[in-house]
Amino acid sequence: MAAARSDTASRRLWKFHGGLHLAENKAQSVTQPLRPAALPKRLILPLQQHIGESAQPLVQVGQRVLKGEMLARPQGYISAPIHAPSSGVVAAIGELPVPHPSGLEGLCIVIETDGEDRWGRLPDAIEAFEKCAPEVLRERVRSAGVVGLGGAAFPSSVKLNPGPDHPIHTLILNGAECEPYITCDQMLMREQPERVVSGAHVLLHALGADRCLIGVEDNKPEAIQALKRAVAAAGVASLEVVAVPTLYPSGGEKQLIQILTGEEVPRHGIPAQIGYVCHNVGTAAAIADAVLQGTPLVSRIVTVTGEGVREAQNLEVLIGTPISELIAECGGYTPEVSRLILGGPMMGFALHTDQVPITKAANCVFAASLREAPAPDPAAPCIRCGECARVCPANLLPQQLYWYARAKDLDKVQDYSLFDCIECGCCSYVCPSHIPLVQYYRFAKAESWAREQERSKSDHARQRHQARLQRLERLEKERKARLRRRKEDLDKAPSTERSSEQTKQAAIRAAIERAKAKKAAQPVQPRNVDTLTPEQREQIANVEARRRGGDRRADTAGREE
Amino acid sequence: MLSAVIAISALALTFGLLLGYSAIRFRVEGDPVVDRIDALLPQTQCGQCGFAGCRPYAQAIAQGEAEINRCPPGGETTIIGLADLLGRDVVPLDAERGEEKPKAVAVIDEQVCIGCTLCIQACPVDAILGAAKSMHTVIASECTGCELCLPPCPVDCIHMTPVEQDIAHWKWPFPDAASGGVIAAREVH
Repeated sequence: MAAARSDTASRRLWKFHGGLHLAENKAQSVTQPLRPAALPKRLILPLQQHIGESAQPLVQVGQRVLKGEMLARPQGYISAPIHAPSSGVVAAIGELPVPHPSGLEGLCIVIETDGEDRWGRLPDAIEAFEKCAPEVLRERVRSAGVVGLGGAAFPSSVKLNPGPDHPIHTLILNGAECEPYITCDQMLMREQPERVVSGAHVLLHALGADRCLIGVEDNKPEAIQALKRAVAAAGVASLEVVAVPTLYPSGGEKQLIQILTGEEVPRHGIPAQIGYVCHNVGTAAAIADAVLQGTPLVSRIVTVTGEGVREAQNLEVLIGTPISELIAECGGYTPEVSRLILGGPMMGFALHTDQVPITKAANCVFAASLREAPAPDPAAPCIRCGECARVCPANLLPQQLYWYARAKDLDKVQDYSLFDCIECGCCSYVCPSHIPLVQYYRFAKAESWAREQERSKSDHARQRHQARLQRLERLEKERKARLRRRKEDLDKAPSTERSSEQTKQAAIRAAIERAKAKKAAQPVQPRNVDTLTPEQREQIANVEARRRGGDRRADTAGREE
Repeated sequence: MLSAVIAISALALTFGLLLGYSAIRFRVEGDPVVDRIDALLPQTQCGQCGFAGCRPYAQAIAQGEAEINRCPPGGETTIIGLADLLGRDVVPLDAERGEEKPKAVAVIDEQVCIGCTLCIQACPVDAILGAAKSMHTVIASECTGCELCLPPCPVDCIHMTPVEQDIAHWKWPFPDAASGGVIAAREVH
């Protein structure tokens, strides 16, 4: 491993394989100070803003909610709650466009804000977090809905629980922000470094780690200085701010760990296996707020940039703010705008509409001009130049992955460690044939997951089918056994047949007796006899007499018999 | 001469005993090939292949009695998987058996259902819930879309509804060969 020494840092740094020097394009969006965005009229909160199970709504349409109130609770371990970013009324719960590459709709809670922005009751601040058990801090982070703000949106509380098998010795805070155009972490570190540093304290305690390294690319000297001052002010020796050389993608979790420590995360593995946990600086700040102030994650810093927007800047935005309002606040679109991209130019995805809201994962809104994001060139055949393998930061063989992904050979792509691909886009960027390599890898990953799901579903169906066959067999056996038993009973005791015949006769007789007794107890009342003429009465009396005579005759006949 | 005959017979006896013993000692329960074929089949138990379910079809394939292209719900993926496993050539789906359809689940029109229980008896995975003269309903998450409940229904109240595309089940599409490049990654100076 070639050792490289950065001129701004005194500690030894390492290099990861590959990587690219890209035009930074960060200066445009850092000219104005960080400020909160205006309160929008409507906030749209997708229930799925994180990796894992989507949240389950707790509120009804028409209900009044206060800022910070939980709107949806997490379902399952890997999940996160959603809180109201401002006070208002729940206007709707339904399917609305959400920021997703598919352009499909997702279930959202819509809040009509009342303009008061009034906080609800928050959980107590945990000032003395050093005396708190890690479980308490984890639970607080979970109930505050904190997820990874670097873009992956993985629930942070899960990362705080690496389990007893993985003792954590080093916390790494990721402030590299290596992707061009994005400056939200830079602004946070520059303007609110103390939030990051207190977040680092809380995280160190929650993880039981000994030291914390904050990695920042050396193209952000102000951020590094601000952080260093905040660390010195806090006066803790276990925190260290490290400037790392600017090289895309040094902000990848595994790449940053390698730069800072020289250690490599095993393939298919997570950093906790080698004693590291890596959090984004924005996540650390959100964790500090959740623990030290009790405030849930209801806003984040978003970079609005690109030649397609008039005033590129960073804003502190409430989660759920429609992107269209954010653009309007930045002076609106310029005539050059051609595409709206959520995230950076390398790893972001194009949005189908600007009516989608900012979610917890949205770090950058990139309104790109045609010059910044030209239409992709048509792909030519691969010429086997090997450039992609040279730049791959995960040390994979992009060409091989490409061939097998194109052939839809899902077993072979996994043999070539497809799932270690971080989709950074370096290979596609350098490809002289303009092959959309990352799209092939995304396709192959999605197909592999879908195949896995299909498999578990068909296994489930097989189990149910077998259970059914067994049940049918058992029922058939029981039925046969019952028939056999009955037949045996009949064969065994022919004498009982007559007795049963007799009991039957007796039962019939008893029933007749009962019916007669009932009839006798309720003599028939003559009806409709009030308005009869005397002749009619006489006629009736005669009939009754005849009937009684008949009865008597029958009785005597019965006796004679 | 005699010694040779004795030697060969002794050898034959020894190996015979050894083989016989190992046949009992290392006996494999069931047919592993059938299990592996069965694992590739979609388990809809629809019977479109002409057999009474996925496992009987797997047995027929293992015994060489059936072609590998008789499973419409599995479609091309299953045929490729089976061809890989058995070292046979990939053949197109047998059109007589049906065609590959988009995923669907059965839905009972609860206004029309008369509660005859015929569909419950037909469902191979017990995905229909109901009792005599009571309304029936399909448990959508358990339904394999085999369509076996459709023919027995006397009032035609069961319909196949395609599974709607949602974000959780969305997949990145196969890249369009005509277009290239990442979303936006050209340098601007």
